Formats: sequence, structure tokens, C-alpha cells
Amino acid sequence: MIEARQLVKRFRDKKRGEVRAVDHVSFSCRPGEIYGLLGANGAGKTTMLRMLATILEPSEGTAIVAGYDVRKDPQKVRSCVGFLSTATALYGRLTALEMVQYFGRLHGLDEPTLARRINAIFERLEMNEFRDRRCDNLSTGMKQKVSIARTLVHDPSVMVFDEPTVGLDVMAARTIAGFIRECRDQGKTVVFSTHVMSEVEKLCDHIGIIHGGILLAEGTLADLRGRYGIQDLEDIFVKVVEP
Amino acid sequence: MSLRNIGIVYRKELIDSLRDRRTVISMVAVPLLLMPLITIGGGVLLIRQVGQAELEIPKVMVLGGEDSPNVRAELEKLTDVQIVPSKPDYAEEISNKEIRAAVEVPKGFDTALAGGEPTTVKIYMYEDDLKSGFGADRLQKFFRDLRDRTIRNDLKARQLPETLVRPFDIEEQNVAPPEKVGGAVLGGLVPYFVILLCLTGAMYPAMDLTAGEKERGTIETILCSPVSRTHLVLGKFLMVLTASLATGALSIFSMAVSFAMGKHLLLGVAHGAADAALQITISGKAIVSIFLLVVPLAVFLSAALLAISLFAKSFKEAQSYLSPLMIVIVLPAVAAMLPGMELSTPLALVPVLNTSLVSKEIITGAYHWNFIALIFVSSCVYAIAALWIAVKMFQREDVLFRS
Repeated sequence: MIEARQLVKRFRDKKRGEVRAVDHVSFSCRPGEIYGLLGANGAGKTTMLRMLATILEPSEGTAIVAGYDVRKDPQKVRSCVGFLSTATALYGRLTALEMVQYFGRLHGLDEPTLARRINAIFERLEMNEFRDRRCDNLSTGMKQKVSIARTLVHDPSVMVFDEPTVGLDVMAARTIAGFIRECRDQGKTVVFSTHVMSEVEKLCDHIGIIHGGILLAEGTLADLRGRYGIQDLEDIFVKVVEP
Repeated sequence: MSLRNIGIVYRKELIDSLRDRRTVISMVAVPLLLMPLITIGGGVLLIRQVGQAELEIPKVMVLGGEDSPNVRAELEKLTDVQIVPSKPDYAEEISNKEIRAAVEVPKGFDTALAGGEPTTVKIYMYEDDLKSGFGADRLQKFFRDLRDRTIRNDLKARQLPETLVRPFDIEEQNVAPPEKVGGAVLGGLVPYFVILLCLTGAMYPAMDLTAGEKERGTIETILCSPVSRTHLVLGKFLMVLTASLATGALSIFSMAVSFAMGKHLLLGVAHGAADAALQITISGKAIVSIFLLVVPLAVFLSAALLAISLFAKSFKEAQSYLSPLMIVIVLPAVAAMLPGMELSTPLALVPVLNTSLVSKEIITGAYHWNFIALIFVSSCVYAIAALWIAVKMFQREDVLFRS
């Protein structure tokens, strides 16, 4: 379960002064649901998700993730969250296996449990063929699988995806989309940000449209279509952000 | 504080760094190759140069003396110099290294010598030019011998004893042990190289583990893990420290081995300061003491490098920050080599310079325990402060996500 409560993130910028990247955003997402945060570049999606994953600390407000407060128990939140984005790169000089083992150990897994989980994940994602190859020498698709394995190794109940398909080819993007659905089907709470309308239409149970750090509209796809009297999500998005 | 988490981060960073060619080169290859190159290579080159200069028969010019055939004839007989015809531009020829020295025999020299009248011989040479110095030395020796011979003959003719002009002799006796004499030459160099290599050994891992992670995008990946940022930075710091100490230890080891080999190869053929430097023996106690004093300095350098690199957005930016820092750190190490620079209480508090000065003393066999304790404690204080800054920097979002 994720519950964002009036989250605010302010930055100091030399040229622009104080900038509100996220401005009093509240939403919630239940287990077995996918919440899609839809917004243009610079809308505040990444900052929002980084706060949920406790990589950034909120300036105001808070969020409850998997029962823990992001401000009070950031380490406990991180132990329940799997965070994946195009910015979360791999250690190129480690092998696929070492990479996943490293994160499993950091999550406090004991060696027998870690070995069991790695075997299961590598089997399911068909990674055994390249488990001992260094990440630098893997194809984009293989790297994506290693990243997925890294986020799953501690079996998190909450998954946070920040524009996970940016820069990927069709096949790699489909793998990610399939993985997001699988997470929902396993009862995990899933939040994912994107600016690709088709991904939102295909995957999300709830949609939040964010612009200039403010959550302007929220609801299911059907809700939004009904509210704005428009079928196409792109048209709805434009109407919301440029009224 | 979870030692387990710090250990996990450290182990990963160690594996990662040992697979990085740049780190391995700066940590292992540089100390193992640089030290023999400096000690043996430098020694051989120096001795060869001096030997060659000594073997050369210098061309010298005799100016004037046409009315003094005796002295000219004796000069012509010299076998360790080659007399060349005199020219008015002798000074230019010395500067251009066409001749090594020139001697001006004053008018009526033979007559003045026979009549006991005062006269002055001038020798022209190019100071700081080794070969010119050798040429001038040989001319000076010739005229010194001529003067002594003349005095002796005069005294003999007047039936006077030689002690009349030389009532007593002066003899200098060195009481400093050989290692002290050699240590003055070598003592300043050892800490300089050890500190320099500790710094260069830590530099690449410090940049790679911070700015390098930002550049490659792995910093966000690692921040997603439940490990606290303090544990992360401590794990990284331990890796940088390992690289620094490994480079320092390897350079001390390599220096001791190269020195022993150099001593074996060059002793007996070296001269002057080089010979004095070879007389010294670097004891095991000195090696251990220097290494122990270098430990807090390495902690200080590693933490400082980590904190500064962390601020950079990219590897390149980190390099531009650390290059000037290298000069700042190397300067005090160089200052310790200056003649007359000795340990004092204020200097014992200056980071880098203090370790450099005390190591110089230790090499020469002098253990000033009060200074050693003061330097160790002050270095520890600087090290803790630098580490604290590095930890604080790693907590700052504006540093981690600087764009």
C-alpha cells in the first residue's frame, strides 16, 4: 500500500531561486493495483517517485509505504520497495550474478535464502545463460533483466517504476510491461511513471496526471474519459495540462 | 553501526576496483615499477654521467703568458687537460661548452714567481656545469701545486723549515654515523615518494567510487538499497584507504628492495653525495615506523579525496578538482626536503609536512618520541575530521544529485 500525503519537494536553484518540483501531491495505491503517474518531462514524476523510494527526503508532507513512514523509517521503506528506472544502472564490472547477490546481501538476506531466490529469479527470467558475464558485456535486454532481478531479489511488496521503458526497443519494453503486470498479479502495489500514453492505457488501474509538480487530475481511465468527455487519453492529457 | 553492511559494500567495491585497470595500475604497477626506476635507474644514470665527465679530458685555453715560457711549458705537459689555442671570445666558448675552462696567466708571471712578487692567476669556468668544474679543478690543482713547490723551494734555499708557513694542519673528523650522512640525502626523498604514491593510489578509486558512480548512474541504484548512507560511504572509504595503504606499503617495500639492489650494484662506483646515500641502511624498524605514521595520513588523504570527488558530477570534473589538490599536498612533502627544515612543535601540526619531516628523521635513525606522538595524534584528528566531512557530504541530496 502507498499513501502519499501532501508531498512537497523544494529545491534551491541558482538561477530560478526556490523551485517546487512537487507541490502538495496526495494519492494512494492499493496492493494488486497499478497507479500510473502521467506527465511531461520535468513535471515532477521522478522527484515524486524518488521521495516514495526514500532516495529524496520530502520538504513537507509524508507518505506511508508498506506501512512505514518515508520520513521516519526510510530504511524500512527501502527494504519493502523495488525501485527501477532507466537511471538505476548496473555495475559494469560485476557479473549478472554478483550484481543480484550484492543487492540481496544489502537487503539482509542470508546466503541459503539468497541462493534460492536467485535460482528462482534467474530461472524465471531465463538469465542462467549469462549469469557469469559482466554487466558491461550484456545486451540492453539482458541488462534490463538483471535490473529486474535486482529489484525482485528481496521480494518487495511495493514496486516503483520511473519511466522504465525510456530508450528501450519494442521487445525490451514488452518485457518490462509484462513484468509490471506480473507484479500486480502477485498482489504487489505498483506505481509507475511515464509520458507514453499507450503504456498507461494498457497497464494502469488508476491514473494521475501531474504537471508543474501539481497533481491536476486523478481517476481510472473510465473516470477521466467520463469527466472530460474525451476518449483519447492524449487529448485528455492536453486538456488537463493546458485548459 | 552495522559492520556487516559496511563489509558487504567494502567487499563489492574491492572486487569492482580490482577489475578496474586504472586502479590496478596506480595501486600496484606504479609503486613496483617507479621505485626501482628511480633508485636503480636514477643511480646508474647519475653515476654514469659523473663517470663520463671525469673521464673526459677537458679542453682548456691559456690566455696570455707569452712572456712566461716556463709556466706555459709546464701547462703544455699536463696530460689531464688539452690546451687549445687562445681566442678573445673564451667566455663564449665556455658558455657554449666548446671549451671547459680558461686560465689567464698575468704578464711577467715567470719573473714575478722567481722574484717573489705578488701576482694573480685567474681561472674562468661555468658554475653548475659539472664538466667545466672538472676542467677548472685540474687547472686549480696545477697552480696550487706550482705555488706549494715554489714555497718549498724558497724555504729550502733560505734554509728555513716548511712549518714556517704551515705551523699546523687542520683535519675534519665526521662524528655522524653513515646512515645520518646518507639519510640527509635520501631521508627527504623516501617520505616524499611514499606520500605521493599513497595519494595517487587513492585518487582513482576515490573518483571512481563517487563521481564515477554518478556518471554511470549507479549511485541511484545503490541509494535504493536499505543500507544507510553512512554505511555506504564507510564501505567506499575503506576501499579507497585500502588502495592508498596498499600503494604506500608496496612503494615502501619496493623502495627497500630497490635500494638494497642499488646499493649492491652501485656501492664503490658512486661518489660524493650518492656514495653517502648508499652508506645508509633502512632498518625494518624504520620501515614499520614510517608505515604506522603513514596510516593516519592515508586515512586523511582517502577521506579528503572521497569528499572532494563526491562533489563532482563526473570523473572528468573530479580530475579537475583533484589535480590542484595534488600540488597542495605534494608541496609540504617537498618542503620537508629543503635544507634546514627541521621538526618543531608548530610544524608537527602541519598535515603532510609533519609526517614527511618525522619520516626523514626516522630514516636517519633519530626517534623523537614526543614529536612522533604529537604527529600521530594530530594526523588522527585531521583524518577523523576529513572522514566526518565525507560522511556528511554523502547525506546531502544537493551533492548526490548535483546536475
